[in-house]
Amino acid sequence: MSIQGTVCSIQGFRLAVRGYSSLNTAYCSPNTQNMDLNQLTIKAAHEGLRKKEFSASELLATCFQQLQKWEPKLNAYITLNEAGAEKAAQAVDRRIASGEEISYLAGLPFGVKDAICTEGLRSTGGAKILDNYLPPYDATVIRKIRASGGVIIGKNNCDAFGHGASNENSDYGPVKNPWDQTKVPGGSSGGSAAAVATDSCFYAVAEDTGGSIRQPASFCGVTGLKPSYGRNSRYGIMPMASSLDTVGPIAKTAWDAAAIMETMAGFDPRDSTTFNQPAPRYTKEIERPVKGLKLGLPKEYFAAGLDAEHERAIRAAISELESLGVEVKEVSLPHTRYAVATYYIIVPSEDSANLARLDGIRYGVRESADSLFEVYANSRQSGLPAEVKRRIMIGTFALSHGYYDAYYTQAAKVRTLIKRDFTEVFKEVDALVTPVSPFSPFPLGAKADDPLAMYLADIYLIPASLSGVCGLSVPCGFTARNLPIGLQLIGPSLGEEVVLRLGHQYQAVTDWHQQKPKLN
Amino acid sequence: MKISQKEIEHIARLARLELTSADKKKYAGQLSEILDYIDQLKTVDTAGVTPTYQVTGLGDVSRADEIQPLEAVKAIKDNWPDRQGDYLKVPGVFDK
Repeated sequence: MSIQGTVCSIQGFRLAVRGYSSLNTAYCSPNTQNMDLNQLTIKAAHEGLRKKEFSASELLATCFQQLQKWEPKLNAYITLNEAGAEKAAQAVDRRIASGEEISYLAGLPFGVKDAICTEGLRSTGGAKILDNYLPPYDATVIRKIRASGGVIIGKNNCDAFGHGASNENSDYGPVKNPWDQTKVPGGSSGGSAAAVATDSCFYAVAEDTGGSIRQPASFCGVTGLKPSYGRNSRYGIMPMASSLDTVGPIAKTAWDAAAIMETMAGFDPRDSTTFNQPAPRYTKEIERPVKGLKLGLPKEYFAAGLDAEHERAIRAAISELESLGVEVKEVSLPHTRYAVATYYIIVPSEDSANLARLDGIRYGVRESADSLFEVYANSRQSGLPAEVKRRIMIGTFALSHGYYDAYYTQAAKVRTLIKRDFTEVFKEVDALVTPVSPFSPFPLGAKADDPLAMYLADIYLIPASLSGVCGLSVPCGFTARNLPIGLQLIGPSLGEEVVLRLGHQYQAVTDWHQQKPKLN
Repeated sequence: MKISQKEIEHIARLARLELTSADKKKYAGQLSEILDYIDQLKTVDTAGVTPTYQVTGLGDVSRADEIQPLEAVKAIKDNWPDRQGDYLKVPGVFDK
């Protein structure tokens, strides 16, 4: 069990709530209402805080209560931030009490993927080699959210350094799917999606290199946005593939994702790949009508391999969008079939270079040995999970003498063709509508020993990642076995407003996103 | 493409990984399978296509060369796996 000291801290939180109410009884709602506070959306919780219907400390206490109920079943968190969260929540309560205006995220507990650095709060990335790592600084996106009053409740479990589509490649144990605990929650941000789906936090900040936000969001029945490459700063994100990595929200609704993006997005002098363009007021923009928007249905995404139940749900969602006045037409992205192969050269190559820093010298766990080589090798042998080593091996091979041109350069050229497909298609349509996953959440262990099968889980997600465009995953139905199905809306680079608008207005006429897994 | 055990050992050495013999066997098989799948890229006609190494189109970004205060010095030192006071210890590079 990786969660430490939570029982006593929960009592601590109750005390904190009481302490708060004795100071300011008018803020407190009846105890019976407390149980539902954690289920609120960001929008509703923000309103409640502003109107002083409840306090940030109460929100935190209810989230921790919920977390305690689910955590033994899910394993969605690696480290909890009891003391820090309590302090942050109390600070927001004082601001509210003094009549200050607060921003959307102020006072709301959120989860942070463990591959994102949080100052002074253990960040392992899901691997033992960083078991003791306390980042000296916050990732820029986290610094921004903390500055606006965000309350980190804990660090979410994930496939180590983002390597995986099932959350089974974590040194801290797999995460379970809250809808069916014999199934995977998706990955690599499985802990983040499971946490949001079970309301132990209001939202989570995660990262997506080839589907790591969108796929677990769909497997767990929540909303996830992979922003365009360069929209949000990557500073402080444990890097996987630097030319694809993005940081984005997993949330309960598209509106909430818009509110999070307003806070996170924008230029960062510490990440020279961020666009020097201010973030739009997404929450305003997404209220504009969708009537007349043109939506493309890429035929390659509806070919063989797509589960029939999924296809039915996606087609029904498309009809729903059409009833909102959106025009849908078939389009083609002819190089789609090469995306997974391209990805599994480019990403491991960048990955193997990035992960070279994990050698036990400057931080993390250093194994002692006689020679320097053995210090490196032993530290990496005991500290990195098998999938991480496998990707390092593929990348090192692809970049090694004699193979570089045949593999890496060729993949980079095919990437150009895949990216060009999107450039062309976005001349005709405003966004694309596709499945998120070809199949439902699969049983734990089903693909654990078959890397290639696991890689194919991201077949509909990888092309957008290689091209740097944005993608939103929203719930659009359930299978006969009550497992969530997700719909992907892909927009052009910096087209977050369009996909969030479509997602938001789709959620206004559907209630798939409001379904909650039951604790049994 | 078939990857031999010897090649696996070479790649592992380049990557500073010490693999067990079971791992070597497993990775040789899995890498061969993955590379077989990746080999389809060779069928794509890429004559005259420029490789894509980044997607933003942004050029070099420069900033003023100014010293900025670093508050995290203690945290950086505390993260060092082996130290003696303010001395940060690293393994020797040369053999004795």
